[in-house]
Amino acid sequence: MLHEPAVKTGPDPAFLYKRRLGAWMFLIYAFVYTGFVVINLVRPSAMEKVLFGGLNLAVVYGFGLIIFALILALIYSQACERREKRLRGEEPRGGRA
Amino acid sequence: MNILSIGLFVLFVAFVLGISFYFAGRAKSASGYYAAGGRIHWGVNGIAFAGDYLSAASFLGICGMIATAGYDGFLYSIGYLAGWIVALFIVAEPLKRLGKYTFTDALDANYNHRGIKLMAAISTLLVSICYLIPQMVGAGVLVTPLLGLPHAVGVILVGIIVITIVATAGMTSTTYVQFIKGGLLLIFSLVLVTVVLIRGLSTKPDQGGRVPFREYRTLSAVQAEGRLVLGDPSWQIAAVREVKGLRFVKLLSEGRESWWKAEPDAATGAVRLLESQFTARLADGTPTVNGAPASKENALATVGNMETIAGKSGDEAATGSLNPFKFLSLVGDPGSRVRLWKNASFDDNGGRVTVYYPVFAAGNKILRPGQRFKVEGTATDRIDFLSLMLALFLGTAALPHILIRYYTVPSPAAARKSTIVAIAAIGFFYILTLFMGLGAMTNGTVNLLDDNMSAPLLARSFGTFLFSMISAIAFATVLGTVSGLIIAASGAVAHDLLDRYAKVIKNDKQKVTAGKIVAFAVGALAIVLGILFKGVNVTFLVGLAFAVAASANLPSIVMMLFWKRTTARGITASIFVGVSSSIGLILFSPTMYELYGKDPLTAPFPLKNPGIVSIPLSFLTLVIISLLTRTKAKTGAPTAA
Repeated sequence: MLHEPAVKTGPDPAFLYKRRLGAWMFLIYAFVYTGFVVINLVRPSAMEKVLFGGLNLAVVYGFGLIIFALILALIYSQACERREKRLRGEEPRGGRA
Repeated sequence: MNILSIGLFVLFVAFVLGISFYFAGRAKSASGYYAAGGRIHWGVNGIAFAGDYLSAASFLGICGMIATAGYDGFLYSIGYLAGWIVALFIVAEPLKRLGKYTFTDALDANYNHRGIKLMAAISTLLVSICYLIPQMVGAGVLVTPLLGLPHAVGVILVGIIVITIVATAGMTSTTYVQFIKGGLLLIFSLVLVTVVLIRGLSTKPDQGGRVPFREYRTLSAVQAEGRLVLGDPSWQIAAVREVKGLRFVKLLSEGRESWWKAEPDAATGAVRLLESQFTARLADGTPTVNGAPASKENALATVGNMETIAGKSGDEAATGSLNPFKFLSLVGDPGSRVRLWKNASFDDNGGRVTVYYPVFAAGNKILRPGQRFKVEGTATDRIDFLSLMLALFLGTAALPHILIRYYTVPSPAAARKSTIVAIAAIGFFYILTLFMGLGAMTNGTVNLLDDNMSAPLLARSFGTFLFSMISAIAFATVLGTVSGLIIAASGAVAHDLLDRYAKVIKNDKQKVTAGKIVAFAVGALAIVLGILFKGVNVTFLVGLAFAVAASANLPSIVMMLFWKRTTARGITASIFVGVSSSIGLILFSPTMYELYGKDPLTAPFPLKNPGIVSIPLSFLTLVIISLLTRTKAKTGAPTAA
């Protein structure tokens, strides 16, 4: 049987831009995630340190990683959409009119 | 068992089956059956992602681990969610662009190589089966308290329902079951956390007046002339056992036996005896609980409470309603003290005893890693922790049953948007797990025999309705995830192996029929494994699936997308090495040695998590084999077209 994508999609001129942006954002998040793991390995007692409102570094960093993932995801989506629109000629160069 | 539980359960099952029959007409083509025709809205797909991903391990396992080990359980939440970043930034759009029905499609799109088809299909099958077992075990765990049915009946029930869902409407019905389950899970988890916060904290939790708080006694003794002497003459010492440096004392009082944990004070020579719970199988095989024959009425009491809250105890410690931040700050306060429970088993009088004994942890130690993962332990302990965090980060984007959901949406942009919805929904849920787990830990709702029941038991402390809803949703959690896994396995066999590898499928209709037959076979296998693996730790098995997926699939996906010199043989070898090394290392790990009944310290591979070895090994294999075969084979990273 033929092998092709389930839904045909045309060429994506933003493909390389999105791949590069995705790779950079992945590296940024991986860096922050690595920081969390490294603190736990090198100085685990630092995780007990209360930062604000009675919340310690473990809780703030843990919640922060979850929220940071969502923020990066939204930035990525917005940037990809903007580039796709621009390359389709729906939005002028330099952002919204 | 109660009428409300049964009613909700029956209603839910009827609804799920109704959806399946309603959508049956859409599953006549292979595209409809395996990819829901690629017509699912990205918003629905995003929540369905959450429904697919938040398995029994996430809901039951993580809450249970937080309830018994504090922040260490939350590490799973952090790692599982971080994995979605890899899925979004690296995998989502290219996979959607390249693939058709299965993960193998995307991997093989630029190569059309039989080795890739074979190895990727085998990897999909193995990962799916590793993931299926804990889900089915979880089904049995849930059905017993919900409907009063034996474990095996629960597993068979789930198997039959899931086979019906998958065989009638394939990915379409699976998507809507996962969507509904994902939505309900989020809503009712939020409700559960809200009522936990409204109740607040107390040192004598009585589950809203439903279950009287049980006080555990402490006796004092002294060590004199090499033996223990009790201060209270109404107690007599019947036996003393040393297990792995811990000392347990059997006492007799009014003709009844009980086991106590001895805590010596080296400075004064005094010894504190802490009342424990225990189960025993006597020499004649009779099971007992706390010294009396085991029965429905005589079971281990649920546990978990704070001894002090920010330095206060008794009535003055009760907080009343709390906001989420205050709740966390009070649990994690250095002046707070939590009573946790551990267990130890040993022989006694020809029988076997398991003692469940209390240990006390300060709040600031509960809300940081260290209770389960020994981050301050040996180098091996630390490497093990690193290995786990690596596998969690890289495993999500390599799980076949998650990857196939990218084919159900109409475009790569929709794949991207649905991943963002998934990150929002799953991230929100994982934040809630910390509150649910700590809620169970501090409300006396931890089952000593099975911490997976912590979240449903916490719900029960708020009344039958919430318990019934949470249990029905937990059951739906199993249905949603198992459906996704069976579809993934079905695609691997019918599409990858029978059609594309063996070329025995002649037309679209045959492929759908083959998929349904495989779904039936995999469902039946899942039932058998779910019964055989009763009692095995579900989180461990899911961790195994993550490690295998991250080792076998991720290196190929990443290198295929980012390294132009990647060859088909490199991918084939990488998957083979990833699968065999991860499974092989797990089989020789301390955890498995414990399951074999051997000393874990004699295990040839010292780590419990193989990812730190098997993932780089798989990458390295791909690079070496690709470089060696690059002149003979077709290469190429995907392009924009």
